[in-house]
Amino acid sequence: MTSIAVTASRAIGNAPAANPTAPVRIAVRNLDFFYGDFRSLKDISLDFYDRQVTALIGPSGCGKSTLLRTFNRIYSLYPEQRAKGEILLDGQNVLSPSVDVNELRARVGMVFQKPTPFPMSIYDNIAFGIRLYERLSRAELDERVEEALRKAALWDEVKDKLRQSGMGLSGGQQQRLCIARTIAQNPEVILLDEPTSALDPISTGKIEELIEQLRTEFTIVIVTHNMQQAARISQFTAFMYLGELVEFGPTGKMFMTPNKKQTQDYITGRFG
Amino acid sequence: MAEHIVSSYDEDLQSLRRRISEMGGIAEKMLVDAIAALVRSDMPLAQTVISSDSRLDLLQREVEESAIFTIARRQPLAVDLRETISAIRVSGDVERIGDLAKNIAKRALAIGGPFRAHKIVVGVQHMSDLVLEQLKDVLDAYAQRDTARALDVWQRDGGIDALYTSLFRELLTYMMEDPRNISFCTHLLFCAKNIERIGDHTTNIAETVYYLVTGETLAIDRPKNDRSIDVSKAGA
Repeated sequence: MTSIAVTASRAIGNAPAANPTAPVRIAVRNLDFFYGDFRSLKDISLDFYDRQVTALIGPSGCGKSTLLRTFNRIYSLYPEQRAKGEILLDGQNVLSPSVDVNELRARVGMVFQKPTPFPMSIYDNIAFGIRLYERLSRAELDERVEEALRKAALWDEVKDKLRQSGMGLSGGQQQRLCIARTIAQNPEVILLDEPTSALDPISTGKIEELIEQLRTEFTIVIVTHNMQQAARISQFTAFMYLGELVEFGPTGKMFMTPNKKQTQDYITGRFG
Repeated sequence: MAEHIVSSYDEDLQSLRRRISEMGGIAEKMLVDAIAALVRSDMPLAQTVISSDSRLDLLQREVEESAIFTIARRQPLAVDLRETISAIRVSGDVERIGDLAKNIAKRALAIGGPFRAHKIVVGVQHMSDLVLEQLKDVLDAYAQRDTARALDVWQRDGGIDALYTSLFRELLTYMMEDPRNISFCTHLLFCAKNIERIGDHTTNIAETVYYLVTGETLAIDRPKNDRSIDVSKAGA
């Protein structure tokens, strides 16, 4: 009996094991978020650990994507959206008006559900962001583009067609191109908002494999509707409901013996 | 507990519980009848027990296949996963209990007639009554997800082990007194051992019930009181 219980718990999201002694990369403190007058995040406090994958799960409208979008202040494109509280990235509050949002968005990259390649060549998709901040020689730029594409497990598939449009790639390849584009900025954190929802199972598998490799270098936060995906690839999971954080913990515990009935009802498909 | 949004998921889990409940009923009857066959030297009853075992084996295979299919189809998590895994474990334990009851019935056939020393058979009967009670209690605990009841069974098995040790001593005494006793006493010894093993399987089921409800495992070291190995060392 011991072997079954322990093995089952280890098999879920704990390979390598969740490391709560890792330093905190992002600390969210008493965060509220408003769409106009509507308070969609309520007093959220949560830690995201360095080079661990944290999954945000919860039913539609619970605020998980809203939370994700506060980390790189992408919400600030919309005037009626505002955040209150603190989001500390390595101790610095990213919500402070003195923060350079462009620099923030290079440090905290984002990949969306629908792949969003630029209408440029594959090469330029990667090089565009690098050129914004750095003056590199042609050879150095080539090297950075190749490195990013290799890390995104895309190089072998596109190395002979770098001048072709990024829009001509398959959905799975486009998504990996978007990840490569993010990685090329040498971010510290990568935010993934349902990155495989629009992809077939094989592409999904490749992205999940990629996330497991990227985890050794980057802190990753992923929003997903797919419970099994969260169980497979994350070390920590946060369950949200109606704008509140219901439960947070190591993925193994969250998916095998959650503390809250609400969490168990959600992950076992008993919600509603 | 609330129902699943997909109702067929609830039906899958219900079907597992129903099959195990049926298995439990068959195993209990097999044990009762095997002991009755032994005590009364009832050969036709012993045969009935032996032939009941095939139904139990079939049900165990069905539970296993159904549980595996549930895992593949539903990717169960948390309590649902524990329930599915527990069904596999409990069906295995109940199937072994059936095998052990069948073996007792086979011994009844082997002895093939009334006993010389009825007193010793009373000891075996008493032990089997206790184990039968344990089996009923633990199957109820499984059906009702009752950890308190499961824990109680888990702790009681030490008493069964102690009874086995004393039966062991008594049988050795009979064998030493009169060599004509050796044959049937040896069969009875095996029967007693089978009953003791049934007791062990009930504690396995108790551990599974505890795991199913809490997600925790019981302490590794359940108190064990089978001291028969010391008896043989001391030369009885």
